[in-house]
Amino acid sequence: MVATIESAEEDAVGQQGHDESALLEVEGLSTYFFTRDGVVRAVDDVSFSVAAGETVAVVGESGCGKSVTSLSIMGLLQTPPARIVSGHIKLQGRDLLTLPESEMRKVRGNEISMIFQEPMTSLNPVLTIGRQIGETLVLHEGLSEKEAESRAVELLRLVNIPEAERRVREYPHQLSGGMRQRVMIAMALACQPKLLVADEPTTALDVTIQAQILELMSDLKQKTGSAIIFITHDLGVVAEMAERVVVMYAGKKVEEAPVVDLFERPRHPYTAGLLDSVLKLGSSSGERGKRRLNEIPGTVPSLKDEIVGCPFAPRCSYATDYCRTDAPVLEEKAPEHFAACFHSDQLAEQEN
Amino acid sequence: MTIGRIAPETETPLLEVENLKKHFPIRKGLFSRVVGQVYAVDGISFSVAPNETLGIVGESGCGKSTAGKAILNLIKPTDGEVKLEGKRIDNLSGAKMRSVRKQLQVVFQDPYSSLNPRLRVGEIVGEPILNFDSRNRHAREERVIELLERVGLPADAAKKYPYEFSGGQRQRIGIARALALDPKMIVCDEPVSALDVSVQAQVVNLLMDLQQDLKLSYLFVAHDLAVVEHISHRVAVMYLGKIVELSDKHSLFSDPLHPYTEALLSAVPQPSPRRKPDRIVLKGDVPSPINPPKGCRFHTRCPYAFDRCYVEEPPLREVEPGRQVACHLHDDAEGTKGPSLPS
Ligand SMILES: Nc1ncnc2c1ncn2[C@@H]1O[C@H](COP(=O)(O)OP(=O)(O)OP(=O)(O)O)[C@@H](O)[C@H]1O
Ligand SMILES: Nc1ncnc2c1ncn2[C@@H]1O[C@H](COP(=O)(O)OP(=O)(O)OP(=O)(O)O)[C@@H](O)[C@H]1O
Ligand code: SF4
Ligand code: SF4
Ligand SMILES: [Mg+2]
Ligand SMILES: [Mg+2]
Repeated sequence: MVATIESAEEDAVGQQGHDESALLEVEGLSTYFFTRDGVVRAVDDVSFSVAAGETVAVVGESGCGKSVTSLSIMGLLQTPPARIVSGHIKLQGRDLLTLPESEMRKVRGNEISMIFQEPMTSLNPVLTIGRQIGETLVLHEGLSEKEAESRAVELLRLVNIPEAERRVREYPHQLSGGMRQRVMIAMALACQPKLLVADEPTTALDVTIQAQILELMSDLKQKTGSAIIFITHDLGVVAEMAERVVVMYAGKKVEEAPVVDLFERPRHPYTAGLLDSVLKLGSSSGERGKRRLNEIPGTVPSLKDEIVGCPFAPRCSYATDYCRTDAPVLEEKAPEHFAACFHSDQLAEQEN
Repeated sequence: MTIGRIAPETETPLLEVENLKKHFPIRKGLFSRVVGQVYAVDGISFSVAPNETLGIVGESGCGKSTAGKAILNLIKPTDGEVKLEGKRIDNLSGAKMRSVRKQLQVVFQDPYSSLNPRLRVGEIVGEPILNFDSRNRHAREERVIELLERVGLPADAAKKYPYEFSGGQRQRIGIARALALDPKMIVCDEPVSALDVSVQAQVVNLLMDLQQDLKLSYLFVAHDLAVVEHISHRVAVMYLGKIVELSDKHSLFSDPLHPYTEALLSAVPQPSPRRKPDRIVLKGDVPSPINPPKGCRFHTRCPYAFDRCYVEEPPLREVEPGRQVACHLHDDAEGTKGPSLPS
């Protein structure tokens, strides 16, 4: 397992050992979709940063803009309909949004890589697994095709795919959902990126394989100093992997905190609701059906309409009239703990 | 063999699966010679009672989706029988299968490729109604809106296309579609994996409400063991194409009998950042369904494996009422029968 990662050790030390400041800075990012029937504010004025070697988790309700944020970072949005209307995305100080596509392609292969949420649509159905992994290696590391294939086999082994030699010659449809996801992970790890953007990387995996993949990612981080942006809705995974957590709601960042603070003292009612909905193993030991799961009632607002006041107000049990007319801004409620909510303190009191 | 069934004998099961197998041929060379088989599903038996939820868990690639597809007759089983309300459906095709399909619906794992990108959501959800039900257009549209609202989507979603929705939202569309014809049974292949926890809770509550209201049965495949524990009555654990344990959920989760089940439960990440995970890390290679290990299929990774495990395959047997397990460690429960024959 260790063999392939080790080779990256030297350049990790060489390139990143000195850099204390942020590896990635996202500043005021707004990404909109311009569709026939209106503008979708998928990401609205979002800022956060990721230090070298750090793991930042991004959580939030389905449709809140997590994937669009990561595609914006990767420069992989389809324009039109999407357009980044404002903001900066700086990788070690260099604004990626100003780079020409040819430069960006190099960044994607070498410095940032991404594990996509949808393995089936991001794998090419007519290419064998080996070709797809190999292509990146031929392109970015100048390997010969033969070398690329044997390296692809190595990478498949690294992500625990049985019979890697045979699997490299197979097509995506011949693999199970979890295997496809592992192929994506293998591809993303192929170039030992400085930043790995992982969009629900373990959603399709069973817990034993998930545990191995998480370990693999932690290994990668330790050996190469890679930073990770980890998008997931599994709060168990967040608790295990992340140092810091960004919570998004309706295209906005509504809370950010070190992981322990967030789990123990959430300062935004949405985060608190999210934590309450978590189902723990063994918690259903009573008679089935007696207990309903806690859910946050209602649905997210449409991102096409102008949102007046706090976007969470229609579903929030703390909401007051004030919340329905004025939008709360993100404030530091405790050291390094930010939240956008007028009644954070009330929530903090209740939690005690 | 009747070992596969533990539903009360008095009740006719809704779904019966007997020794179901699905093998995929591996072809090679110019003449596509068959050089081997992927034993994706290799003889599984179980039944699901009306209004019951059977959870299925197991390692990625162990054959859960393949079993689901074979049951739904979306792929032809290699061997075995599938019965719905006592009638065989695995050998049906064409129009006959279509009328069965009304009762037997599916929600897939992948919310991205399972929706037709060229149709509006209203058409996707309403399509099954159109095929089976002669409701007029207005009634159909109303039903579509009702279905969308039940799964937590706004009514105006009907006019949009799938690409306008996020992964989680698309999964809700798939669930609305599966509900359109009031089926008796829904095979749910990871229906909530793509959803965030709050929506997941909504959908799980919804599925359970629907079960109560409509007397639905579910075959519920998922990786999230806490969700499986919550929603299921009984749970089957699969490993490399076989069922290794099948129990009521309380016994299974509080006192797993099979070493693989035990490892699986220990691997669940705990949602609390201060608790360090205490896992049974499975060592050894993940075996392949092409050359499944001889003897017990789990022996290459089992921390308890002993000599007998390398040569003799443990059959799935009932060791306590309602509890089945395939492991030599639980042989004594068989009493005086002594070593069992390899199946
Ligand atoms: N091509 C598109 N056209 C119009 N709207 C889009 C398009 N792609 C995404 N959106 C919208 O942008 C918003 C953000 O979507 P995104 O995929 O980032 O959500 P997400 O947070 O990743 O959700 P999930 O957890 O379900 O993956 C959604 O409301 C979605 O409807
Ligand atoms: N069309 C096919 N051709 C060849 N092999 C296949 C095909 N479909 C599935 N398989 C193989 O059958 C086995 C079982 O796959 P299946 O998709 O049923 O697994 P699964 O348990 O659903 O896994 P996951 O949890 O990852 O979704 C795998 O080894 C897979 O590679
Ligand atoms: S600002 Fe008001 S509505 Fe918004 S989350 Fe806080 S209390 Fe709720
Ligand atoms: S039969 Fe042996 S190898 Fe198989 S699970 Fe039981 S103890 Fe482990
Ligand atoms: Mg997403
Ligand atoms: Mg599957």
